[in-house]
Amino acid sequence: MSHSLNLQLKVWRQSSTNAKGHFQDIVAKDIPETASFLEMLDIVNQRIITEGSDPIAFDHDCREGICGACSMVINGKPHGPEKATTACQLHMRKFKDGDTIWIEPFRAKAFPVIKDLAVDRSAFDRIMQAGGFISVRTGSVQDANNLPISKEAADSAMDAAECIGCGACVASCKNASAMLFVSAKAGQLNSLPQGQPEKHRRVLGMVKTMDEAGFGNCTNQFECEAACPKEISVRWITKLNRDYALATLHDAVTAPLSTGGGGD
Amino acid sequence: MSALFKSLSVFLASSVGKKILVALTGAALVVFVLGHLIGNLLIFAGADAINEYGHFLQTAGHGALVWVARIGLLTCVLIHIVLTIKLTKENRAAREDRYGYSHTIQATKSSRFMIFSGLIVLAFIVYHLLHFTLHIGNNYSTLTTSIHGETVHDVYRMVIQGFSWWPASAFYIFAILMLCSHLSHGVSSMFQTLGLATPRTWPLLQKISIIYAAIIFIGNSSIPLAVLLGFVK
Repeated sequence: MSHSLNLQLKVWRQSSTNAKGHFQDIVAKDIPETASFLEMLDIVNQRIITEGSDPIAFDHDCREGICGACSMVINGKPHGPEKATTACQLHMRKFKDGDTIWIEPFRAKAFPVIKDLAVDRSAFDRIMQAGGFISVRTGSVQDANNLPISKEAADSAMDAAECIGCGACVASCKNASAMLFVSAKAGQLNSLPQGQPEKHRRVLGMVKTMDEAGFGNCTNQFECEAACPKEISVRWITKLNRDYALATLHDAVTAPLSTGGGGD
Repeated sequence: MSALFKSLSVFLASSVGKKILVALTGAALVVFVLGHLIGNLLIFAGADAINEYGHFLQTAGHGALVWVARIGLLTCVLIHIVLTIKLTKENRAAREDRYGYSHTIQATKSSRFMIFSGLIVLAFIVYHLLHFTLHIGNNYSTLTTSIHGETVHDVYRMVIQGFSWWPASAFYIFAILMLCSHLSHGVSSMFQTLGLATPRTWPLLQKISIIYAAIIFIGNSSIPLAVLLGFVK
């Protein structure tokens, strides 16, 4: 027989992007400790709906820690107190009976609140459109081992590719900087042979779009790495800094001059 | 030429570009701070040693070298301050609504107060230059001594007179403490921003950063303390 918890919730309620928000005190009684954090909110919402009130809006999708939809800050930490765990994979057994839990949205100017805990993270989509891809010939699969790469390099790129784009790095950063996300997405492709042809324009394009979206600047405090549910390393930020300097040098000095096409 | 100019202006407008400039100017200032300390420690080698060193700095390259250094340092300080203030403003604007429950996972205290420690160091630099370089509000410029038959500025007596007034010494030590805090984050941060840190070198860089900051603090605060306690007179 599992235990149940009685909790005091302080939930951020905001009816729309430009509305003024506030913390609402909600008593969450008889929450089974086997429930996930999102299931706890489901139970609370069902009771709110039964009362005829407005349920708490929050983003969720796969609920198995791989989609990056959860976007809530629990007691000051994006995705809550557990290391390397998304909010959907956080379980109520990690809390104690009688706990007060603060639940608020990811806070950043570049992530405007849509409603309550749901935020607009389309800035990340714009950054991806600015270079988070490779241009390849589609069609039949090419021969195996056509692109030689060491196991270590492939593993390293995979570490960056683990990023699920949830935005916890932005939420935890003291400056709401998106450097961990951008550096993981750029670094993953920049360390693979397929990413080389577009490397410089990728780095310049993604950083430019990141700046335009209104994210802050990295101050090397590494809150992002500590909050990341996929434990993306800040070494990717180091690489992005280095690649950005090299891309600027390339763009300013060594890039081939455009002749406007048509040959000589 | 216009393509070159365009690339550089994009770089200077970007977050990463501004940070790289902050790191480069910071690096120059980090090197200066150590050189400045080593020179000052000559006070423990006696009056002649520091006076000769002071005379050498004033006259190197027929007196031109000191101005090259001054202009270079002033440029670095200006770029460093203007950009960090701009970056800090952008950082504040990036999060207008604060969290109701504020929590810090691993950011150090020093890293969180860089702008404050930096501005206190700036106030100190202004005071320090008025005090010992421009001799405003004192008669230190009239202190002279003779080395090898040549009349030179008596740096030794100036330092002793300057630090004999305890409030001045207290402010010096406080400012050096702020500089120490600033460097403990700044030195390793510089390598990270310049893209020179790697998972292999990072633990070492962090140690170097803290040891460097400690050396700067102990070395610099030893001088006013030695004067106040009467070890140097």
